Amino acid sequence: MTSQTLIQTIANAAAVSGMYALIAVGLTLAFGVMQMANLAHGHFFMAGAYTVYALYALNKWPFWLAVAAAVGIGAVIGLAVERGIFRPLRGDVVAGFIATAGLMFVFEVFMGEVWGWGYMRPVPSPYMRAVKFMGASVAFQRVIVIPFAIACIGGLMIFMRWFRLGRALRAVAQDPEAASIQGININRMTALAMAIAGALAGIAGGLMSTIYAVTPALGGHIILPALIVVVVGGMGSIGGVTLASIIMGFVNTFVTTLVDGVTAFMVSVAVMALVLAIRPQGLMGHVVT
Amino acid sequence: MSLPNIGRFRIGALLLVIIGLCIFPFLARPYLVEVAMIYFLWMILAQSYRLIVTIHDWQLYHIVLYGVGAYTSGMLAKDLGVPVFAAIPLGGVMASLVGVAITSLLLRTKGWGFYIATYGLAEFIRLSWLRFRNPFGGSTGIIDIPYPPVAGGIDFSARIPYYFFSLGVMLIILYMLYRIEKSRIGDAFKAISMDPMLAASTGINIPRHRLLACAIGGFFAGIAGGLLVHRLGAVDPRMFNIVTMLYLLIWVVVGGTNTFWGPMIGVSVMHTLFELSRPLIQIRPMFFGLSMILVLLFMPGGIESLISKAFARWRKLPEMPTAEAK
Repeated sequence: MTSQTLIQTIANAAAVSGMYALIAVGLTLAFGVMQMANLAHGHFFMAGAYTVYALYALNKWPFWLAVAAAVGIGAVIGLAVERGIFRPLRGDVVAGFIATAGLMFVFEVFMGEVWGWGYMRPVPSPYMRAVKFMGASVAFQRVIVIPFAIACIGGLMIFMRWFRLGRALRAVAQDPEAASIQGININRMTALAMAIAGALAGIAGGLMSTIYAVTPALGGHIILPALIVVVVGGMGSIGGVTLASIIMGFVNTFVTTLVDGVTAFMVSVAVMALVLAIRPQGLMGHVVT
Repeated sequence: MSLPNIGRFRIGALLLVIIGLCIFPFLARPYLVEVAMIYFLWMILAQSYRLIVTIHDWQLYHIVLYGVGAYTSGMLAKDLGVPVFAAIPLGGVMASLVGVAITSLLLRTKGWGFYIATYGLAEFIRLSWLRFRNPFGGSTGIIDIPYPPVAGGIDFSARIPYYFFSLGVMLIILYMLYRIEKSRIGDAFKAISMDPMLAASTGINIPRHRLLACAIGGFFAGIAGGLLVHRLGAVDPRMFNIVTMLYLLIWVVVGGTNTFWGPMIGVSVMHTLFELSRPLIQIRPMFFGLSMILVLLFMPGGIESLISKAFARWRKLPEMPTAEAK
């Protein structure tokens, strides 16, 4: 591996880490508040990607406006899923888990029927420039997700720590019953958590739509690595999941570059199994009694 | 007095079904006989999955264990020349071992994390079939797997003898699962799923029972895989992906997991719809996904709970005078 490919691989790994973080932090936030999470979360990401495709590539909206629309669409889908599935099934982890597995099928067929099966929807890159760094050139479009991931997750951490609403979210995650005695409306909190999760998935999908092949199968491809990141980082821990997405992003990208994608996936599952064998609750998860 | 009557009714219905299944291959088109054999495999899969579900381990590797059985049995018969009828149970043993290995790795991971981790490890096994061209054949899988031999003057590679062979295996497995369900072990499984703390305090060893459920369920799933592979003569990794697993989950959940009969009803109804909806192959997953969501939201006991409710109401009407006479 030459130094140029090394730098390019590091840049790619950072971008993949950022994308994983945006997806997985939403999952883990929802998990913390509801004790359930969404298997169809990858399909929220796909919805964001298709939104950018439809608005920016087809209707010539400005790129950033299209990404903003993807954020909005992600949040709306998140709210709808919370209202339609998670709220009626609250407390039943198995049912929530299985119902969102069914939701994967529904989203995939819906997208396929609306946008066509088997077509790769190309989204042209709005920024053709490349960053030159130590002799290697890295496409600007590819790393654009990194500052967004840092800003979103940093913002979320600040929100969770210093804002009333964020503290209320944390209170519900710790003890829903005590939180509701303090006057916190639990329904509103789960809705908020799912809206944030959907918005984060939407922004990730919107930004990565120029790099990934936008097909109805995209959601299914993206979800398993994201779920593994959540399990490795520890369910409900934003810090742990951010750490895990950096680890898994680098592991995945380096093995993909050096060997191939299938092996990379197998290595990341092996890392997951190793972490779970030593720490069953994940790197920074709490022990649930 | 009513209990033996129900018992007699059930036995009568069961006998009718079995007789019907015995006449079926002589009347139906060859294609339908092949479809019926796939039904038998799904019955075994759904019932063995339910055994694991009674202990509340909703794992997502059951279809991959079915694949482990298929690969093991196929490779033993093709590469090592093991007789087919010995290779099938050996495939079951292998699937059982793999299931126990995965679950014992994840025994301490709880709830949602456990489900996700089983999904990940299942993909790991499936991708290793894809990754290692030697000995697993990569994405094209394995072909030219031997068909069953002639035994006792009957050629089991022909359609109708193999139909009866798989019917027999299915009935034996279902009977065994039924007996396990009604035994002390079955009670222990249910106790663990209802209240693990209470079950543990009465002296039930939870990890051991979870592994036992995995071992039994995995063994039968592996046998189903063996039955499949020696009929098809080929196997490839695509047959055992997560989508197939989700379909199994849908059959079991829509059928209902509260009683022994639920998953069988689920397979009968949903797999029939699945076969009938072949012309709509593109939008088919949406229908099944929606049906699972609706069942979970509005009918948590599945189709089986509807039938038993209707049955209870139908039975109550003639009984009412006797209740008044008392």
